[in-house]
Amino acid sequence: MTWENSLPLLIVLTSLIPGAIIFFLREAAHGVRTVLNLVGAFSKLVLIAIMIGGLQAGVTYETRLPLLPNFDLVLRSDSLSVLFVILSASLWLVTTIYAIGYLEESPNRSRFFGFFSLCVSATMGIALAGNLITLLIFYEFLTICTYPLVVHRGTEKALRGGRTYLVYTLIGGVLLLVAVIWLHAVVGAVEFMDGGVLNGVAQSQPALFSLLYVMFVAAFGVKAALVPLHGWLPRAMVAPAPVSALLHAVAVVKAGAFGIVRITYDLYGIAVANQLGVLTPLLLITCLTIVVGSLFAIFQDDLKKRLAYSTVSQVSYIILGVALFGPIGSIGGLLHLVHQGVMKITLFFGAGNLAETLGIHKVSEMDGVGRRMPLTMAAFTVGALGMIGVPPTAGFISKWYLGSGALAANESWVIGVLVLSSLLNAAYFLPILYRAWFKEQQAPWPEEHDFGGRLETHWTLLMPPVVTGLFALLLGIVPYILRSLVEVIILKEYIG
Amino acid sequence: MTTVLPLIIVVPILAAVGAFVLPRWSFPVALVGSLATVGLAVALAIEATATGAVRHTIGGWRAPLGIDLVLDGLALVMVLLTALIGLAITLYGRGYFGRAAPETEKGRQAVYFWALWMFLWAALNALFLSGDVFNLYVTLELLGFSAVALTALADKPNVLKAAMRYLIVSLSGSLMYLTGVAFLYGGFGVLDIAQLSSLTRETPALAVAAALMTAGLAMKTALFPLHFWLPPAHANAAAPVSALLSALVVKGSFYILLRLWLEVLYPLAGTFVPQVISLLGVGAIVWGSLQAIRQTRLKLLIAYSTVAQLGYLFVLIPILALERDNTLVLGGVICFVLAHASAKAAAFLSAGNILQALNDDKLSKLDGLMRALPLTVTAFGLAGLSLVALPPSGGFVAKWLMLDVAISRGYWGLTVVIVGGGLLAAVYVMRVMGRLFKQAAQPEVLSALKPVPRVMEFSAFGLALLAIGLGFAGVYVLRLLEIGARAVAGGG
Repeated sequence: MTWENSLPLLIVLTSLIPGAIIFFLREAAHGVRTVLNLVGAFSKLVLIAIMIGGLQAGVTYETRLPLLPNFDLVLRSDSLSVLFVILSASLWLVTTIYAIGYLEESPNRSRFFGFFSLCVSATMGIALAGNLITLLIFYEFLTICTYPLVVHRGTEKALRGGRTYLVYTLIGGVLLLVAVIWLHAVVGAVEFMDGGVLNGVAQSQPALFSLLYVMFVAAFGVKAALVPLHGWLPRAMVAPAPVSALLHAVAVVKAGAFGIVRITYDLYGIAVANQLGVLTPLLLITCLTIVVGSLFAIFQDDLKKRLAYSTVSQVSYIILGVALFGPIGSIGGLLHLVHQGVMKITLFFGAGNLAETLGIHKVSEMDGVGRRMPLTMAAFTVGALGMIGVPPTAGFISKWYLGSGALAANESWVIGVLVLSSLLNAAYFLPILYRAWFKEQQAPWPEEHDFGGRLETHWTLLMPPVVTGLFALLLGIVPYILRSLVEVIILKEYIG
Repeated sequence: MTTVLPLIIVVPILAAVGAFVLPRWSFPVALVGSLATVGLAVALAIEATATGAVRHTIGGWRAPLGIDLVLDGLALVMVLLTALIGLAITLYGRGYFGRAAPETEKGRQAVYFWALWMFLWAALNALFLSGDVFNLYVTLELLGFSAVALTALADKPNVLKAAMRYLIVSLSGSLMYLTGVAFLYGGFGVLDIAQLSSLTRETPALAVAAALMTAGLAMKTALFPLHFWLPPAHANAAAPVSALLSALVVKGSFYILLRLWLEVLYPLAGTFVPQVISLLGVGAIVWGSLQAIRQTRLKLLIAYSTVAQLGYLFVLIPILALERDNTLVLGGVICFVLAHASAKAAAFLSAGNILQALNDDKLSKLDGLMRALPLTVTAFGLAGLSLVALPPSGGFVAKWLMLDVAISRGYWGLTVVIVGGGLLAAVYVMRVMGRLFKQAAQPEVLSALKPVPRVMEFSAFGLALLAIGLGFAGVYVLRLLEIGARAVAGGG
């Protein structure tokens, strides 16, 4: 075992092993559990830092385990995986701190944190997967580990939400399985490569490879909540807030979007996908999703449901960037992969704080809440403005690139979609902000919880949204750091 | 030539006799027997990996008169599987039957269990190692008798009826098989599989033998629509017995069927017979899964799941008979055997734990058990994962190989069945898991649970881990299967 062939595996194991141990801890072993979680999260970040250092020095890290003849489990570091790994690992750390505060007194904490860690491991595996079978294995693994989190509360409603989630994702998984084996039967064992690996063979059988592309997109589209495959997402909202945050910002939804990115750039190759003509239908579906998701969001009074439909819409921005052929749009899509994660997690932390501290679950109960919880609501406001795309937030940068990308790709009508979507976003976020900041408190808070101290809520609940909110601002004010990483990835995809 | 080959049959027989004549010591004797058999299986694996296939002639008499034992990769994998699952069942049995004195009713049951279980283990090993079709008949009968007797052990009202039905099916299945053997002998004059392998051609005698033997073995393997006897027998037996019936006993008769089509009946590969088997396999997957979804009792649900899962074993038979040298096809079937055996044993043992704690296995009573029996529920969940064939698990690897075979040959109907069967399995597994995760409707039920011995929880969990671990062992299983592939032909 050398550093080069063990590092990717270690990055997966730093959450898998703590997760496995946590299952066997007693409920009361609060301290041990917290230490395990934090040690795992921090050591993962250190390992990732080492990996980035090595990547810049030109080292490739690759773990390879033979699974079956012609099928290896491959975990490999490349720029795209690094992007997703950094995002997930840092948001995991923040969410863990949040979850420790959030679930302080609720039952089944060991089970919760165990599955929570497994989820992150699955996400790491998805990010680092070097070929289709590895991606498939971790993608399915993610489905399994999120189910217990969705049904965590064990109520009838939670179980129904979980069931819906499984029905959608298992069918998506089966579709993926068939597509992967079919592709293998046609072209043999292939691994992901910058610029794609199907150039030539795909053009010789355009019908078959277009069909396979549709199957891949449909399979990943379930988790990415592309309309009309989005039905599970609002219903999975019954999960505890940290789960929703993780589901929406990092793990499940992102895994779907990331899958589509991988398939398009590193399996087919963006140029090949363009030649097959599959990008235009993808573009239409993402635009439809962007608009429909926002429309539904307007009519939700339940805060978490409104955020859920907003996710449906926002995740499609990432795929929109994929579907716009041309480097500028692609950069916009990948930037949004990070931006949406940071902004959405801030919003969910905010919603969780309102529920946990004041018992607020509905938008209509939020009048005057800005005065009661100013820091939480300030962070929420940054997230919301980011979703609308107001400068100087991160969301503005994504939309700017996507718009320019649309012009460069001669699809100027997409600008219209972006503008419409921004208006719709404003239509469902601004009323919230207005109620929170400008209206007077109408009725006593539904269920106020006193955490003591001078802060508006417990510090473990307050710190995460403030940090991620600041990041959402920072990514908008100083976009260069992230953009240079994304540009490197995209350049490789287009030049090959 | 020195080899430990005969010992792996002799040792469990000795343990069976020992357990019977020393009733006070029946468990220690069985434990020593189990450990020794596991050790022998490992020794055989080492021997076979080093030297290739092993052929041993008992008493020095050569075929056609003597008794030949043949250990090739396929037999080795089955012996190893039986050893691993057998050890877990022995440990579980300790917790299940406890320390009751042999004079009591429970103690008497325990003694019978240990003796019969060791005997059944010996019969299985003998079956896997038999080199000729008549000895296979003898081992098949021994296996059938010990399995029926074990089924009848449980003290439940329905159990005698179920055991009786099982006995009749078992006997008629063996009888059909024996008639087939007679046709083979009449047609080709030998009984040794290796010799038959080079002699058989597409003749009427072979066709009749094929029809009789296949039908008899399919009946004993509970292939749809001859599965009617399995659910009552497997569901009503004592927990460790249910596990070994579903995990190992049905695999014994399937193993013979597989060997026959690989080595003796393959000239008939192009006829309709294998096609019919495959279609019945499809029927089993669909019917068994739908029945499993309808069940209201946990053990019956698991038993119907066995009916469905056994169907998968048969769907590739036509391709296997045509492409006898393709280890990937055989690998798919064998990985499925391994995955199903470990997952199903784990599922039945978990169900046994639940039954022990709750004194009931109605699905409607399972609410919230996750909190009371986390280890057992986790074991069931992991086993369910493998049954649904989600990665990482042995079931996933098996289905992956099978789908690879089906898709690369353009068998789209088969693809749909394999994939759809997984989704149906997800439905019945989730019917159980959803309940277990639920908030307890009646908390007083949970506080009145009877304690479950740790060893029972851990052996179920261990088997579940095996089912998951097989997901990483595909390469090794295929490598073992290649030992002596077709090199045994010709004897010596």
